[in-house]
Amino acid sequence: MGLDIRFPIGMMFTLLGLILLGTGLFTDANAALRITPAININLIWGAVLFLFGALMWGSAVFGKNK
Amino acid sequence: MNQAAIHLSLVDYSILGLYIFFVIGIGFALKRHMKTSADFFLSGRSIPAWVTGLAFLSANLGALELVGMAASGAKYGIATCHFYWVGAIPAMIFLAVFMMPFYYGSKARSVPEYLKLRFDERARAFNSVSFAVMTIFASGISLNALAKLLNQLLGWDYNICLWVCSFIVLLYVLKGGLTSAIYTEVLQFFMIVLGFAPVVFLGLKDAGGWGVVKEKLAGVATHPATFNLVSDPAKTFAPDAWTSAWVPLLGGPSANPMGIDLFAMVFGLGFVLSFGYWCTNFLVVQRAMAAKDMTAARNTPLVAAVPKMFFPLLVILPGMIALALTATPGKGYRLPQSIITQAHLPAAIASIRQSVVTHADLASTSRSLSSASGASFNRAKIEELLRNPSTLSASDEALAIRIQDAVVNDYDGVILSLVKRYCPTGLLGLALTALLASFMSGMAGNVTAFNTVWTYDLYQAYIAPNKSDDHYYWMGRVVTIVGILLSIGAAYFASMWTNAMDIIQLVFAFVNAPLFATFLLGMFWSRTTGTGAFVGLISGTLASALFHACTISVGNLPGVKGGYLHNFWTLPSDMAQNFWLASFAFTVCFAVTVILSLATRRTKSDEELKGLVYSLTPRQIELQAWYARPEFIGIVLLVVCVILNFIFW
Repeated sequence: MGLDIRFPIGMMFTLLGLILLGTGLFTDANAALRITPAININLIWGAVLFLFGALMWGSAVFGKNK
Repeated sequence: MNQAAIHLSLVDYSILGLYIFFVIGIGFALKRHMKTSADFFLSGRSIPAWVTGLAFLSANLGALELVGMAASGAKYGIATCHFYWVGAIPAMIFLAVFMMPFYYGSKARSVPEYLKLRFDERARAFNSVSFAVMTIFASGISLNALAKLLNQLLGWDYNICLWVCSFIVLLYVLKGGLTSAIYTEVLQFFMIVLGFAPVVFLGLKDAGGWGVVKEKLAGVATHPATFNLVSDPAKTFAPDAWTSAWVPLLGGPSANPMGIDLFAMVFGLGFVLSFGYWCTNFLVVQRAMAAKDMTAARNTPLVAAVPKMFFPLLVILPGMIALALTATPGKGYRLPQSIITQAHLPAAIASIRQSVVTHADLASTSRSLSSASGASFNRAKIEELLRNPSTLSASDEALAIRIQDAVVNDYDGVILSLVKRYCPTGLLGLALTALLASFMSGMAGNVTAFNTVWTYDLYQAYIAPNKSDDHYYWMGRVVTIVGILLSIGAAYFASMWTNAMDIIQLVFAFVNAPLFATFLLGMFWSRTTGTGAFVGLISGTLASALFHACTISVGNLPGVKGGYLHNFWTLPSDMAQNFWLASFAFTVCFAVTVILSLATRRTKSDEELKGLVYSLTPRQIELQAWYARPEFIGIVLLVVCVILNFIFW
């Protein structure tokens, strides 16, 4: 149908991952919450989203079947 | 929830903005592929199975399901999983293996059109009108719920939320039709899963893992009144009532928090309601009909069944975590309640003191307390206050805490209370976007199903037949706008007249309950006649209305909740009443259809019913290897589902 949906999904999650990674690296957003043990969830989840997005994007670029 | 609104930061807004940019972008990217009405309504039947499969799931996964399933997780525990493991999964497999060949193979463009091909215009007209009205109200109800939620949570204006959210959906559905709805639903599926998963992960970590959650819930089950879960202070359940799916059910209605018996669960929910929804609702079936070929169409529900099976982890587990946290001192968490404001507290305190002095009974005390505070109360805790003389000597502060503690739980607030607790800036934007995505996928699903049924089954069939394809394509776009406007109207209606909305939903429950009997007989018994099907459907609908009028569940007064004609049977819970109603309506529809079909003459020949009825359709020659056939995949999925049931037995 003209558009491979993996492209937009891949792009969006790659970008979302980058935003969360940036937030995790440069801010201390967790400080406001009482999560014990303290984990930088933005950093972890940003990496997960980035990887997922890259995988989708990659499979759209290299995959032949739509 | 009257707690202070959350403030979003720039990061959260950019996540939300990025999502909106992409969903609208997909609509615009697909616009150039929209040439005929078939492209717009049917996606030109060209989409691969994994895409239609995820869309199948996503269209059903509205925001109300996310909120409601977490609520039920807290209220009833793991038994809520029956909606998935007894309900949805077997029905989805049945649709794929047995029914899809007829839907897809008949070249019908909608479910009502299948009814016309199989029976006659009467069944089609009945089904398409009730379906069209139902989808509008369904999307109106969820639109109202979403706007209210955003208003409470973020302090955004109700009207702006309503119009902006609808406008975004309108924009991408109008541009790219069904294809755009399906494609964005796939994107939304991943958004929902990846947006809520970290909340569940953090919640589980905070609670101390599944083992600790189970342990805490065992404590809850033996003292449910302490947590405002039941109103009888003496009520106790077995320790595994919240953490075993089947054992409490086998103990009868009084042994499980749902108040349900085995027959109602397995036959009422598992067979009648679930099969009725998943196998006949055009909203979901439309996704499978858009698949590129028969194999892809049959695989659509199977693809959907895989994530669906594990959805309880995402939507039900959070409710159970919330309850476990409530039962863990020191966590500083409790199930959300509506908060009695400072303005109302003095009146509430005075009211309870007055009741103690006058030795008022429980019912009148609860009434006066509710009218003084604007909240509903757990009667067990009010009774404790009422019977205890120390209530008179206690300080205002101490009494205020105890009154607040007695306010009933607001289960629908569970999921958002967890989002608030665990999501820092960034993740917060992601979780809210996921909520918005779940709402939009549901609304787009309703709108695309509505415009197809309106254009093909009502407009083309009865109002303006024999027009050019361009004309129907134009009508499709017009009715998309109209459908969205009607949904907005229904949302305002829902926000103003809650009771009227309850009645409308009730009427639709009546219409839906018998539906599966008609499809089952139609597809698998060639003798079923048009008259039999139509009269059967009407009788089934009337039978459910009658059943409702003559039964009531414990704790309800006659009226909207039933029992207004006469009370023949008092059922242990609303859910039990609902499941028994469906079982009754199904049986009546089934029996009437069979009897009338035998009494009336067939109007369609065997030749005409080819491709529509199981026994008259030549077996399709299977081209795939045995392990790739829907039958085999279906059996594997069923086995996995049975294993899940055993693990959480």
